[in-house]
Amino acid sequence: MSATLQNSIESPAADAALPCGTTLVSTRRQGGALEISLLGDWRVADGALQPGLPATILASHAAALTFNSDALGRWDTALIAFVAALRTQAIAAGSTVDTAGLPKPALKLLDLCQAAVAITPTPRPGLVSRTGQAVLDAQHEAAEVTALVGNIALRAGAALRGRAMTQGGDVLRCMAEAGPSALIIVGIINVLVGAILAFVGAVQLRRFGADIYVASLVGIAMVREMAALMTAIIMAGRTGGAYAANLATMQGNEELDALRGFGIPLFDYLVLPRIVALTLMMPVLYLWGCAVGILGGFVVASLTLSLSAVSYFEEIRNSVSLSQFGIGLVKALAFGALIALLSCRVGLRAGRSAADVGKAATTGVVAGVIGVITLDAIVDLCANVLDI
Amino acid sequence: MSTPASPAAITVQDLRIGFGDSVVQSGVSFTVAPRSIFAIMGGSGCGKSTLLRAMIGLLAPQAGSIVIGADNVWTAPASGRSAIRRRCGVLFQGGALWSSLTAAENIALPLRMLTALDEAAIAALVRVKLELVGLQDAADTMPAALSGGMRKRAALARALALEPEILFIDEPSAGLDPVSSRRLDDLILDVRDGFGTTIVMVSHELPSLLAICDDGIFLDGISKKPLAHGAPAGLLANCEDPQVHAFMHRERAATDQAGNGA
Repeated sequence: MSATLQNSIESPAADAALPCGTTLVSTRRQGGALEISLLGDWRVADGALQPGLPATILASHAAALTFNSDALGRWDTALIAFVAALRTQAIAAGSTVDTAGLPKPALKLLDLCQAAVAITPTPRPGLVSRTGQAVLDAQHEAAEVTALVGNIALRAGAALRGRAMTQGGDVLRCMAEAGPSALIIVGIINVLVGAILAFVGAVQLRRFGADIYVASLVGIAMVREMAALMTAIIMAGRTGGAYAANLATMQGNEELDALRGFGIPLFDYLVLPRIVALTLMMPVLYLWGCAVGILGGFVVASLTLSLSAVSYFEEIRNSVSLSQFGIGLVKALAFGALIALLSCRVGLRAGRSAADVGKAATTGVVAGVIGVITLDAIVDLCANVLDI
Repeated sequence: MSTPASPAAITVQDLRIGFGDSVVQSGVSFTVAPRSIFAIMGGSGCGKSTLLRAMIGLLAPQAGSIVIGADNVWTAPASGRSAIRRRCGVLFQGGALWSSLTAAENIALPLRMLTALDEAAIAALVRVKLELVGLQDAADTMPAALSGGMRKRAALARALALEPEILFIDEPSAGLDPVSSRRLDDLILDVRDGFGTTIVMVSHELPSLLAICDDGIFLDGISKKPLAHGAPAGLLANCEDPQVHAFMHRERAATDQAGNGA
């Protein structure tokens, strides 16, 4: 009794698994033994890979399986996949498989399929243990960040006494990246913020005939609040993101491991120059932001309210006290240090894959922006309580 | 896999390769027979990897032709060139596994992007490819968690994903211990014997060259020309060129053959 598989097996599931139009195997039953004849080309590109085929053949419950490859044409992994799956399933079902009828090269590849390197897979923890782990991680992280802040104070002290392994050239390079090259974007944003403040103020104040107070509004808002905040948000996106991505890439390239291997403190060599550079550059960028913001406000004020330059700047000089600048400068310094600290921390903790670099850049920016706004609120609250 | 009845799998003729004005190798001509393992040999910096990059289609040669099967790699239109590339698998020196994908996903990606196979068929193929290199239990492991040897074998499985006619291998032994290196050599031999794949490999590892290569070319970094053609074992036994002799016998220099030869 010889027939192609399509005719010899009647179960409906069997038909579903068969290739449409092509016949890959025919089977011949002799008692408990089943001879499987491989027909024609067995190539992936020709659609020879039929994951359901082994189960279809085993549905005949033969005790012994043999192969005949007389009619076999060209073949590739499709054949190996078929025989390997058939062999595994047949042995599980208690049948024996004799592969002697297969081409020699195929036998060699099938041998490879049997030899495996055992790796014990790590089981995925359940929801409870993952939640617990997250809490422990958060606790650990808080302790680490606190330690890092303390470390900054200690190492910065050492650096001041010339004992840290921080190189002046690195600090200057970081300053050039963080400062001068950010002037344009910081300028554009602050001009626009100043202009927007003046415009909003002009619309409201004109109704009360208090045109001149547009100058105080712009001056105080820029100096005390907006210049520092806007500049910090720009720097968190621009420089903070770059720091995080840079350190995360070094992690992936094993550059950080190389530094550790030499015993070069990562903190002195990588983190400190960045914190110093950004902390020094932020006040400068802040002053630049104040200047262009006030100028932007003047342009709008003179166009919509026809305020003269003398009265605008004189009003600003009268209303903005030195203590307002003090608050702004303190904020700028703190924001700079915070952004550099957070983004470096994120970069140093990054994973090693390409996706981790993107994740680190995103986390660095998000942490920087949230940190800056939170710190801004805290400083404002303190200034309010102290009545500055 | 059977190869078409062509006289040579790869024919390289009068190839000149280099960057900009500088020439790395010139006058390179050789043929690679189907189902053979062809070695590109030479010292460090002689242009082995550059030649391989030209053959893969990553670096345009300055002159000459590279013909794979019947198609010229560099005069083919862009669509033809990608069709040629799909007939070739490449095992890069560091493995070059995509770091954000698991070992199984690394193999599945080319199948998903370039074939019309359904997910069940892709899963079956991926399982077999991983079994062939002995990594079926590492299917869901990220590349970063694999050892150097396992990474190379996973990369080999990925290079075999599209059933290539020709497999290019850059420095298979680089960074591997002798045992892992030997296992990889055996695996390369098994792939050749099993699938009938033509293999071109760049190497300067003598044991591996002598063990598995049928034919080869020796490039010289000083004259920037090929010095010798032939199987590494043949070059070892009867090489007339002092440079090749020094390389094959691990001597310090071509002129320094007095006492410390192998």
